[in-house]
Amino acid sequence: MSTYTDPYAASRETTEGTVFSVTGGDWDSLVTEIGQAKEERVVVNMGPQHPSTHGVLRLVLELEGETVTEVRCGIGYLHTGIEKNIEYRNWTQGVTFVTRMDYLSPLFNEAAYCLGVEKLLGITNDVPERATVIRVLMMELNRISSHMVALGTGALELGALSPMIFCFREREKVLDIFELISGLRMNMAYIRPGGVQQDLPAGALAKIRATVKDLRHSFKDNENLLVGNSIWMKRTEGIGYLDLAGATTLGVTGPVLRSTGLPWDLRKMQPYCGYENYNFDVITADTCDVYGRFLIRVNELEQSLRIIEQAVDKLEKLEGAPVMVADKKIAWPAQLALGGDGLGNSLDHIREIMGTSMESLIHHFKLVTEGFRVPAGQVYTAIESPRGELGAHVVSDGGTRPFRVHFREPSFNNLQSTSAMCEGSMVADIIGAVASIDPVMGGVDR
Amino acid sequence: MFGAQGSGDTSGYGGLVRTAASTGSSERPYGSYFDSVTDDLERAYPDFADAIERVVVDRGELTLHIKVSRLVEVSMILRDKLKFEMCLGVSGVNYPDDKGRELHAVYPLLSMTNNQRIRLEVSVPDSNPHIPSLVEVWAGNNWNERETFDMFGIIFDGHPGLTRILMPDDWQGHPQRKDYALGGISVEYKGATTPAPDERRSYR
Repeated sequence: MSTYTDPYAASRETTEGTVFSVTGGDWDSLVTEIGQAKEERVVVNMGPQHPSTHGVLRLVLELEGETVTEVRCGIGYLHTGIEKNIEYRNWTQGVTFVTRMDYLSPLFNEAAYCLGVEKLLGITNDVPERATVIRVLMMELNRISSHMVALGTGALELGALSPMIFCFREREKVLDIFELISGLRMNMAYIRPGGVQQDLPAGALAKIRATVKDLRHSFKDNENLLVGNSIWMKRTEGIGYLDLAGATTLGVTGPVLRSTGLPWDLRKMQPYCGYENYNFDVITADTCDVYGRFLIRVNELEQSLRIIEQAVDKLEKLEGAPVMVADKKIAWPAQLALGGDGLGNSLDHIREIMGTSMESLIHHFKLVTEGFRVPAGQVYTAIESPRGELGAHVVSDGGTRPFRVHFREPSFNNLQSTSAMCEGSMVADIIGAVASIDPVMGGVDR
Repeated sequence: MFGAQGSGDTSGYGGLVRTAASTGSSERPYGSYFDSVTDDLERAYPDFADAIERVVVDRGELTLHIKVSRLVEVSMILRDKLKFEMCLGVSGVNYPDDKGRELHAVYPLLSMTNNQRIRLEVSVPDSNPHIPSLVEVWAGNNWNERETFDMFGIIFDGHPGLTRILMPDDWQGHPQRKDYALGGISVEYKGATTPAPDERRSYR
């Protein structure tokens, strides 16, 4: 026991019993004091600032020795009021908000929102094919980058450092493609109502082809590290058990649902964005545990690569086709171009609106400042995000701004199953179980 | 061109009137699998005519508007007889102009067995915002109902622990209601002031 007294690591009496603050250097005194307590039951606060809670997640654990008897999640630490803010911006600006919800899968948020807005506008079938294929391409790249974080941080939280380094290295390659295409690595606001922000730059398809080849090779390295690794298996097999009945009643979707053996993938079951035209398999496991979910994510990477290759083939045939809906009352008026000072309106467009056509200028001004009107009504559009069913409930009152946008976030719903997965297990297994849910707190709290 | 009618004022400051969000009941046939779903529900639930206020088919989606008092009964039948195993949460919507039914709760349902989706909608007045909880039907609605309570102040009767979930426990008000101001502060930079977002001059 150290003689140094830590001013932050004190104990105080409350009506609930003695409360200890632990800072790391005072374990000895804590153990001594708890050892003297008559009660076996200890309530431990894990998080919200804890390296292995996968974000600002607070877990309140009730322990009997090392066995967890109750787990409750405390969330809301990353609540940003996106759903409120969006009601004060026009429909196109909404994309820049939703992209920041689940920051590891921004393109899925954008896609769910834009599919909703397009359904309200009644232009779902008017979105050009090239735009739809680019959306699929970007979403599948995003699925890889998201799964890379899930696998990397999941391994890190269970003590395996190397997979994290490898996974983030691969993720960086995907983010480079995002940067090449949209100018941004995260939160791109690339998918817009009616199509996508801009066409692919020259050389993008070649780079994607090269990266796919590269990734396929490096994924093997990752697999070799963990698949079948006996230490990894001991930490993950039979841990965080949740069967089909539990998953269904708790509204759990995505890899966690597929780990119960049910091949439920919205890309196959209720195709959107033309997913019915791609060949890929729905990956399942029947172990209902952390290892099963890990294997699903590992194998989904290869399926995403397959879809990307098919999308690239399609895009080569669609070279030069439009990427924004033809309706000029909805399509963003400006053509974007990369200039010396970054991405902006193309000089041709500026020349037209400033020098040639007054009507073009009015049109540009009206669409950009006021935005387009969306007929009144409500829709719910659901897509398969890396974490499960991402649904957007979009309501319009006929105005130029969303009346209400609610996101059915898979992280939010899946995180609810923590109690079902962890009660009765050991403390250390909570980490693995939460990591296998892969909650992104930006999505949970919105 | 941009929806302006009457005066044709396109400046955006002419007080353009927005169209009210009102959809009447849809007529049969509804199309797609919606007819068979409603038929099945009518057969399985004798009080269908009394409990279902409106059946709306809009943009390829079916919405059943249900009397608040019948919500749990209908949900049980939908889950057990019509195989809507999954409820994808609840989304609140505040329509301040819909007098007597200002607060709506919208439940998207999913049947994995039949690969179908429908939507339930109930509405309650601002003065008595009580809706029976569906946690006993779909346990996964627990957090979703807490969120809707937090954001709209809808009280879900029978919920096992209806507390705030996203906002701090001692927060005043329910942020997603339309009468709750967005807030924010104006920002001054190099002598120019940018007002808070909800005070900016803007198009409606």
